[in-house]
Amino acid sequence: MDLLSDFFLAKATFIGIVFAITLGIAAYSTYFERKIAAFMQDRIGPDRAGPFGILQPLADAVKMFMKEDFIPANSNKWLFIAGPCLSMLTALMTSAVVPFGDTVTIGGVTFDLQGIDVNIGILWVFGIVSLGVYGILIGGWASNNKYSLLGAIRAASQNISYELAMGLAIIAILLFSGSLSTKAIVEGQQNGHWNIFYQPLGFIIFLICAFAECNRTPFDLPECETELIGGYHTEYSSMKLGFYLFAEYINMFISGAVMATLYFGGYDYPGIDFVTAQFGNNIAVFVGMGALIGKALLFVFVFMWVRWTLPRFRYDQLMGLGWATLIPLSMYNVVVTAFGILIGKPFTAGIVGVVLLIGGLLIHDQLFVKKKIA
Amino acid sequence: MKLSNRTKVMEQGEMTLSERMYLPAIVGGMATTLKHFFSKPVTIRYPEQKRYLGPIFRGQHILKKDEEGAERCTACGLCAVACPAEAISMVAAERIPGEEKLYREEKYAKVYEVNMLRCIFCGLCEEACPKEAIFLRHDTMVPVFNSRDEVIYGKDKLVEKMDQRYLREGWK
Repeated sequence: MDLLSDFFLAKATFIGIVFAITLGIAAYSTYFERKIAAFMQDRIGPDRAGPFGILQPLADAVKMFMKEDFIPANSNKWLFIAGPCLSMLTALMTSAVVPFGDTVTIGGVTFDLQGIDVNIGILWVFGIVSLGVYGILIGGWASNNKYSLLGAIRAASQNISYELAMGLAIIAILLFSGSLSTKAIVEGQQNGHWNIFYQPLGFIIFLICAFAECNRTPFDLPECETELIGGYHTEYSSMKLGFYLFAEYINMFISGAVMATLYFGGYDYPGIDFVTAQFGNNIAVFVGMGALIGKALLFVFVFMWVRWTLPRFRYDQLMGLGWATLIPLSMYNVVVTAFGILIGKPFTAGIVGVVLLIGGLLIHDQLFVKKKIA
Repeated sequence: MKLSNRTKVMEQGEMTLSERMYLPAIVGGMATTLKHFFSKPVTIRYPEQKRYLGPIFRGQHILKKDEEGAERCTACGLCAVACPAEAISMVAAERIPGEEKLYREEKYAKVYEVNMLRCIFCGLCEEACPKEAIFLRHDTMVPVFNSRDEVIYGKDKLVEKMDQRYLREGWK
């Protein structure tokens, strides 16, 4: 029983820390989104609240709480409230299986820097991500507003479409690891054998799908002022709207962490053996945790960078890209990876796969595409 | 035979591979935004930093004094006549002996008022003035007012202070 309580205490502490980190990063993502947008447009961005405007998220939160919390008369009240809660819940639940580090031993107690190490880790991520669309769908439907409903439908069909390509991209990863456990996937990538080197094509597919799953530009069709007067959250105000927007930022950070886990070696970093030898295991593991969060934040930056660069897709282009391009591409990737593992040269196979693809498309262009007159 | 022989026939063929993949264009676009990310912002934080508006900007009015500190205005009323917004009004008075240090001419403006709500800052008063007495200064704007009592600027606000004289580029 003593062991059990220790175990629970350790898990509860760790989950609390992960929670705090996630929420803090999500809150400051809103600030950095505005700052990055400003820098990319040669502006300064928010700089009034505190030095460099670092209290801006606080001011935004206060503003959100102070606003009138309006529930439309003909809406389904309980579902209207459940929508944002579900969005937030699913956004936060994904982090449970992300391995933030190896085990550390503090005071004779061994901590595992991971919420739960289940052998279906990556399936859990997929399950929760697909649940995430319910938050949007329920919210949009319960609003009793055609625009909200249209936005919700867009979100649902978009997420379902891109989940397929995402899942196929991950199958190639699973061929390497032989396990669905996120921990096993990370451990297979230690010492610089990151999956990105073996799976360049798979990574690009996964990245594009992650953009679509997070409803970020260029796939932010569910939110849209011109056609939908806002999208699924048209009727939402106050902190309910805040939850939706906040969940998006949490999703961004978590999907960054998942991408780092799957393709960038998780908590692996160059020189991990040196740090372990010099400063002991615990320090090395915590530096690894920092490395993972750093990688995730890098992805958050990429998300924002893309948002302030690209215009959005038209809806049929979005569907065309998802169904007609990404899914065949990821199937091709699975076949190439499987072949590479079969012949025992996965690295070469990855490169050759990309070269063959581009070469094939070039030949197709030469044969069938009408030339432009320059 | 065409006029210039420089006509280009534009025809949209099918997109080539690099165009169809979007990725090269996306990378190019992201390089552009990254370049701007590290370039200097053009923002001027307005209340703290002010942009130089040029030597001929028409800001707040000033009634100039001459070198001895005597008011130049002789209350001829040409500025009031020239004013298209009818913002200027004045009351003239005769200079009495002993006031030569205060007023340059024998007649002066006892009251000189500019209604800043009416003024359109066109600068016609400045052009009309034969005594070079009224100017719209280039370095000061009329501040925001909070009540209607503040909008009429009398001589207390308009006459130049001798310890902070207004100088324009090219003046002595």
